[in-house]
Amino acid sequence: MDKVLTTPIDESVIRTLHVGDTIYVTGCMFTARDDAHHLLLHAESQGEKLPLEPGKMAMFHCGPVVEKVADGWRVVSAGPTTSARMEMFEADFLERFGTRLIIGKGGMGTRTLDALQRVGAVYTHFTGGAGALAARAVRRVPAVYWLEELGIPEAVWVFDVEHFGPLTVTMDAHGKSLYDELELTVNKNLEAIHARIEEEE
Amino acid sequence: MNEQALLEGLVEAIRAAATELPTDVTRALEAARNKEEATGVVQLDAILENVKAAREGSVPMCQDTGIQTFVIRAGADFPLLGKLRGLIEEAVRLATREVPLRPNTVDPLRGGNPGDNTGRFIPYILWEIESGNGCLIHLLPKGGGSENCSALRMLPPGAGVKGIKRFVIDHVVACGGKPCPPGVIGVGIGGGADLAMKLAKLSLLRPIGVRHKDDVVANLEIELLSRINESGVGVMGLGGRVTALDVHVEVAHRHPASLPVGLVYQCWADRRKTVSINAAGHVEVT
Repeated sequence: MDKVLTTPIDESVIRTLHVGDTIYVTGCMFTARDDAHHLLLHAESQGEKLPLEPGKMAMFHCGPVVEKVADGWRVVSAGPTTSARMEMFEADFLERFGTRLIIGKGGMGTRTLDALQRVGAVYTHFTGGAGALAARAVRRVPAVYWLEELGIPEAVWVFDVEHFGPLTVTMDAHGKSLYDELELTVNKNLEAIHARIEEEE
Repeated sequence: MNEQALLEGLVEAIRAAATELPTDVTRALEAARNKEEATGVVQLDAILENVKAAREGSVPMCQDTGIQTFVIRAGADFPLLGKLRGLIEEAVRLATREVPLRPNTVDPLRGGNPGDNTGRFIPYILWEIESGNGCLIHLLPKGGGSENCSALRMLPPGAGVKGIKRFVIDHVVACGGKPCPPGVIGVGIGGGADLAMKLAKLSLLRPIGVRHKDDVVANLEIELLSRINESGVGVMGLGGRVTALDVHVEVAHRHPASLPVGLVYQCWADRRKTVSINAAGHVEVT
């Protein structure tokens, strides 16, 4: 049976997750790339009332392809974007909004890893480029914010999703990062590869 | 010659490139799945399921539908030679609305996006004019995430073949999961800086599993592929046996003082299509 998390996700559920787990999510998520992070943090710091509650939804690092249809919007393709670019915002974002589930690709840095542990949140990896698979899991687009200011890829889209995934937990709320562990293995392999190249000639 | 037929063929090819992964790539991904375990299997199953969903729904397999890139190999007597750029630009505009494609052309200094995937020098067209009266147009739409992992190293010639190998392998490993592996590593050796990069990109037109005709180059491709896959970077950089599906190398002669090595990283969504037009105006998309 697939493990499905429903939003809003309770902290206790997040704390049961570990690096390597595969999960799916059902409920609400919002998209946020570089500009959306900046804008949401700025609005919050100015005491503005936000039109959405980032703490109750999953956050998806994504710039989707969407299509205007009669009754709103249809998601055409929506894979993850590279999360590393959001490292400069993410620890603050988690602290201020309490978002518990990040969906992205490529992983994030140590500041985010520390914040995940403090806040009780996880970072999950969704298959890079799997835009059609993601779009198929979107039931509805209930809202979009800052579309005029930010344009389609950068706007904050709210997706109502069902069984969205697979998502691999790569950074958990216990201070573990798959990327850190893998880096040690890869560096060891790379030393062996260098030695072989030297031997061959 | 029928311009409308060529325009329609180009739009169809742009759509097909965005929504249908070439068979050689699908086969390579399936073979990779059989070599992987754990996370690698989860990720490759998601990729293959995604490829199927894109084909069935005729929707882009990746939300980053790329910068529209065309390699034209045209005969000097091809009747529509002078109209090709205009036709390609028009096809890109139409396809952006009809497929739809993500509007991906941003003015680097002023900001702003025309919204139709055209702009200064874009769509990008590489021209190769030969004798004859037919024309082949290769499409190579390529996403930004993998393009950001391109690299150029002007090696000292003394670094030799060893230096080339180390640069390529170290760079691919350093990129980790960012360019959405497993994909194809295009390498251009020799020439000047621009030619090395151009050859690296052109090498991506070759299907997966097709080796260079020159044995020395072919052997280098095979060795680089094995070493890269020994790194353990794995599918999506999450660890595993398959980091690259293939390595393609192209070589030019170099200046005595230079050893340029260009590297262009192609993600798993190795999208390619070809439009061929003969002198009678028959258009075919393959």
